[in-house]
Amino acid sequence: MAAETESAPVEARPLIYLAEYDSPADVMHAAEAVRDAGYKRWDVHTPFPVHGMDGAMGLKDSAVGWIVLAMGLTGCTTAFLLMWWTNGIDYPIVIGGKPGFSLPSMIPVMFELTILLSAFGAVFGMLGINQLPKHHHPVFYSERFERCSDDKFFISIEAADEEFDLEETRSLLEGTHPTHIELIQEETS
Amino acid sequence: MAYNEPITELGEGTLVSKGTSFREITEIVSKVTEQKAPRGWWILFGISATFTAVLGATVGYLVWTGIGVWGNNSPVAWAWDITNFVWWIGIGHAGTLISAVLYLFRQYWRTAINRFSEAMTIFAVICALLFPTIHTGRPWFIYYPLPIPNSMNMWPNFKSPLLWDVFAVSTYFTVSLLFWYVGLIPDFATLRDRATHKVRRWIYGFLALGWRGSNRHWSNYERSYLILAALSTPLVLSVHSVVSFDFATSVEPGWHTTIFPPYFVAGAVFSGFAMVMTLLLIARTVYGLHDLVRIRHLELMNKIMLTTGSLVGYAYAMEFFIAWYSGNPYERYVFINRATGDYWWAYWSMITCNVISPQLFWFKKLRRSIPVMFVVSIIINIGMWFERFVIIVTSLHNDYLPSAWGNFSPTLFDITTFLGSLGLFFTAFLLFLRWMPMIAIAEVKMVIPEADPHYHPEGGHGHDGSPHQMDEEHDAATAEATPKAKADEEEE
Repeated sequence: MAAETESAPVEARPLIYLAEYDSPADVMHAAEAVRDAGYKRWDVHTPFPVHGMDGAMGLKDSAVGWIVLAMGLTGCTTAFLLMWWTNGIDYPIVIGGKPGFSLPSMIPVMFELTILLSAFGAVFGMLGINQLPKHHHPVFYSERFERCSDDKFFISIEAADEEFDLEETRSLLEGTHPTHIELIQEETS
Repeated sequence: MAYNEPITELGEGTLVSKGTSFREITEIVSKVTEQKAPRGWWILFGISATFTAVLGATVGYLVWTGIGVWGNNSPVAWAWDITNFVWWIGIGHAGTLISAVLYLFRQYWRTAINRFSEAMTIFAVICALLFPTIHTGRPWFIYYPLPIPNSMNMWPNFKSPLLWDVFAVSTYFTVSLLFWYVGLIPDFATLRDRATHKVRRWIYGFLALGWRGSNRHWSNYERSYLILAALSTPLVLSVHSVVSFDFATSVEPGWHTTIFPPYFVAGAVFSGFAMVMTLLLIARTVYGLHDLVRIRHLELMNKIMLTTGSLVGYAYAMEFFIAWYSGNPYERYVFINRATGDYWWAYWSMITCNVISPQLFWFKKLRRSIPVMFVVSIIINIGMWFERFVIIVTSLHNDYLPSAWGNFSPTLFDITTFLGSLGLFFTAFLLFLRWMPMIAIAEVKMVIPEADPHYHPEGGHGHDGSPHQMDEEHDAATAEATPKAKADEEEE
């Protein structure tokens, strides 16, 4: 990145194309076109999840479930080992004539820890895959993008994409009938 | 959540008033946090904050002096504070039920009320946790139930239901908080993007974690949300079950019964819906949310209250039957004593409030009447408090040996702790209403027809146009859109 800015010290460097649409249907058709054009580093931005968009973008199934499974098994095992070792091995105390190690009485805590760690997996796994928190992103340079969390729909294509070309990408996006197209550039000096 | 056509045959209407746009949804919800609070908010906040201060003073005095300032005594060691604990935790359950169980069952009407009820869950659980904490008498030793290596070389007894309770309630609180926060992220982004003041933008921006509505994110987000719902569903059923184990695994007559877990869960959902209803009706009227929270939502909630109220009534009857059928004289005595002994008034208040009052909802007119549902929801809250009081106090005060019998009457500090916890709850809730989006903006947008990618406003687009057409026909056909229903909505 540093080398690039040095080679073109005066010019602004293109970062991302941002195309704006008015409805879920428009942005969905546009997404299909961008997908078919073979772009990889691009995204659709919507105020709410639009169902069918994963297919229109050609996304793979979310991996969050696998993280949750691993975390859940960890929680269950941890709870079992904790209770087995503390009450059964390390310091068994006879209360009400019950054995130190007794599986039925361990079920509630095993269950709760399974749920707790699974929930951590679901939330932090999701944030991890999405690489959030991330408070800076080229799309935020656009003032129009503020409507993305309200009622507008966007497609962004990153300049870092191999297929990216200032002219070709623009004409592709124009062909999808956006209401507005914006090239976001990094101001270098 | 997604838009789906209302099923006319079932009398379904649209979930959001017809013609409400994405923009208007954003506007209706966001502006509450952006404008100055109405006078009514300040009045309620003043009252709640005063009660919270009373709570602070009571707890301070109680910790300084000891829990003897409460009326708890030797046979009735649990009394009001455990009554309050069970009551509060039960109230919390409706929030999770609405956000998780109704989500799994694809009950899209939940979008109007889920944020609200999840917030209620969080605050109710905080109030609930307060009681066992101060009931220990020495709250600075509250970490004892945690398996932390210590100088005594001892470990907590994992065979004790009280310890299961620690794990169940703390897990419940944590998972509810996460669930709530995950739902809030896109809405914080909305508030961030609308913010005009720098500090406001910075705070909501921080909370929104840099959310940019990316579909790559939504894809994982929705999966995560679905999994959280799937995890919360058994969790919420387990929490009140575990709370009921505190009673059911003891050998106290009136407590030692297998009906307790389902009975407690039904009661929890019942009381929670009543509390959501009370709060919702106030907020809906104060902030004018009639387009998003419609009579239909309220009617569906009333149906759930009717169902759970009847389940609770069945449990009361079954308890009595089993007490007789068991042939156990102590068990029989405790139940007869409940209905006719020193605390008969509490028992019959419970029956009247919980079993009889929700039966009004069999009638469509009453089910759709705002004043009726408001009064009934408060009556149910009172009744469910009495239920816990009856279970705890009547079982303890006269159990086996008459020489060990005793009575309980609350002191001033019992009353101030309880009222103070209500103050804490309402203070937190009012702050939530003031500063956070009280309705899930992104989710409500999903249930309007325009959110469907196959929606075409002109309607004449072959098959694709039909949802909108159906919608028009349907709305004319159901009561929801008739002038009379409109008038009903405006009346309040």
